[in-house]
Amino acid sequence: MTEEKRVDIVGRGNVEGANLFRDWFAELGEAAKNDHGAAYVFVMGSMAEILKVFDFPLVLPEITSLQTAVRRVADEYLTVAEDYGYSSDICGYVKADIGIHMRERKHPMGAIPKPALTVLTNACNTYVKWAEIWERMYNIPVFVLDVPATRQAGGQFQPGSADFKRDCKYVEAQIRELITLCENITGKKFDIDRLRETMAYANDMNIGWKRVLELNKSKPSLFNALTDGTVYLGVSNNFRGTKEGSDYFKNLVEEMEYKAAHGIGTQTDEKYRLAFVGVPCYPIFRRFNEMFAEWGGAFVHSTYLHFASGGANMGFEYDVNRPIESLAEGTLISVREAMDNMFHQDRVVIEMVKDYELDGVVYHPIKSCRTVSTGLADGRRAMMAATDTPSLFIESDMMDKRVVSEAQIKNRADAFFEGLASRRLTAQNA
Amino acid sequence: MAYAAGVDVGSTQTKAIIINEAKEIVGRSLTDTGANVVVAAENAYNEALKNSNIQEEEVEYVIGTGYGRYRVTFGNTQVTEISCHARGASHMFPNTKTVLDMGGQDTKAIRVSPRGEVLDFCMNDKCAAGTGRFLGAAAAALDIPLSELGNVAMQSERPVKISTTCTVFAESEVLSWLGKGKKIEDILWGVHLSIASRSVGLLRRVGIEEELTFTGGVTKNPGVIKALEQAIGFKLNISPDSHYIGALGAALFALDHIVASRAPSSVKETA
Repeated sequence: MTEEKRVDIVGRGNVEGANLFRDWFAELGEAAKNDHGAAYVFVMGSMAEILKVFDFPLVLPEITSLQTAVRRVADEYLTVAEDYGYSSDICGYVKADIGIHMRERKHPMGAIPKPALTVLTNACNTYVKWAEIWERMYNIPVFVLDVPATRQAGGQFQPGSADFKRDCKYVEAQIRELITLCENITGKKFDIDRLRETMAYANDMNIGWKRVLELNKSKPSLFNALTDGTVYLGVSNNFRGTKEGSDYFKNLVEEMEYKAAHGIGTQTDEKYRLAFVGVPCYPIFRRFNEMFAEWGGAFVHSTYLHFASGGANMGFEYDVNRPIESLAEGTLISVREAMDNMFHQDRVVIEMVKDYELDGVVYHPIKSCRTVSTGLADGRRAMMAATDTPSLFIESDMMDKRVVSEAQIKNRADAFFEGLASRRLTAQNA
Repeated sequence: MAYAAGVDVGSTQTKAIIINEAKEIVGRSLTDTGANVVVAAENAYNEALKNSNIQEEEVEYVIGTGYGRYRVTFGNTQVTEISCHARGASHMFPNTKTVLDMGGQDTKAIRVSPRGEVLDFCMNDKCAAGTGRFLGAAAAALDIPLSELGNVAMQSERPVKISTTCTVFAESEVLSWLGKGKKIEDILWGVHLSIASRSVGLLRRVGIEEELTFTGGVTKNPGVIKALEQAIGFKLNISPDSHYIGALGAALFALDHIVASRAPSSVKETA
């Protein structure tokens, strides 16, 4: 491959991802201008495959909220919500979103359209209360898709079993109700061939996402799971079931395979391979990563890339010949996987330690999200007992910089790496 | 004879230690950190040099530690106080498996290897609950010198239950107990039990294993030692130099650099 090709391909995922984000906001801005109601959805079970059939623009409030933090203006929105009466202890995403709505849906990246409906799953226990706020604000329908979760750790019902079949039927019935609701709202008749199309695009994305994650087993790692990975994740969610999303992931796989074949790592000095558990620290997003990168620490994987992709990491392939049944199966398997990557994260982290040859694991419980943070301390203990892998426990927040202490995080990161260095030296001298 | 130094710039006090090649402490100093961290580090170091009767040129390597470690401008490098307390505690008490460091505004629980390496650690987050500052707030509210706090507290017969762990609210809770006519020693012992309970919570997160070495400025308070020993059920390792253990650890790391610099090049590379 020529030098020109290399310049063209390396880093393409980030450039194209940024472009797609601008396109997404352009679409939302246009919808807002034309008063075209959007579907408000969440990252764990967006049902984009159905909603795209009805041409709903998708607003993902978790993403629009976190963008205010990355752009360092979250406090402005959080304050609006808190001044209105929302507690400082509730989900920062919710409060930033409330702030956006109370500012007439003006977001730092553009205008956001009003909702026409909201679709949510039970994957996060805040979703339904959040949606009820929009219900009251805009008098819109709230559709709750109840996805049967894993009943006990490690006890997922597998395809072929009677329990799995029963769970699928339950999800399928709800999907049919969602279709009817969308028909009623839009006045459009459901087109099953368009569903096949969106599902085929989603297949490309699922396959691509799984492959990209697997490729990061390469040494050196090909992308930073915390920084680059979040860009890829954004495209995975915002463009699910679209041609743009499909093309993006095909290109991303090509980029990663190229980097793997040519030994091109994400950073020049990869001394320690790390996994990140939890939701990123968006108020100091880049700086957080730097505190690890300056010691040669590279985040090669993250549970975030599993649960916040709605379980796309499973690489589930829909059977477009029986679309609704298969969509139910895929939704069940993927959303359940997303939930398990929060609630039973110890299992997946233990696998990551082995598969990705990790030197350490960084746990990041956050103040304003109990859903992902509860159980991290136990998970950490289980992981350390099972693998004897050093870990770091940093408590901060995903949105609220008032509870993010950069100096404390750095102090802990420095001590963590001193320990890793000492451990490595001891092993070398043994 | 070469010497190595460690300067521990904490939030409240700055400590300096100088050791010789036999790892013996030859000089020490302690000063309030104050607003000018650079000057505090320099003063502490100069005092330790005076105390040891050696010249600055004789000190081959200096390591800064503590929150102000990057302000030890004359130092050769920096190491976190977490690693330094682990190293210093293991040197002073070789059977140490757990370290509890209680300073002015943070408390650390550290699990260490037999070589003094950090295996796991946990610290209080973003507030000074359960730290020396909490005791300081109680002392101020009751107008008792910090140095007498522990002895007064240990006279208690019916301690009150302090419900807040917030340093800011500690003062108002202490005042409210005074308003209810409770004895000062009972209120103070309640404060000590509260600190001990909070610290044991941190220790449990890394695992409590004997021997446990207690370090930092709060080691000077006999009431905290008693409350901690009651809570965990065994004696703590304490030394008159416990306050200096972070600086001692830094000095030991500095000595490692001196030794490594003398080693043949192949050995140096691995060190």
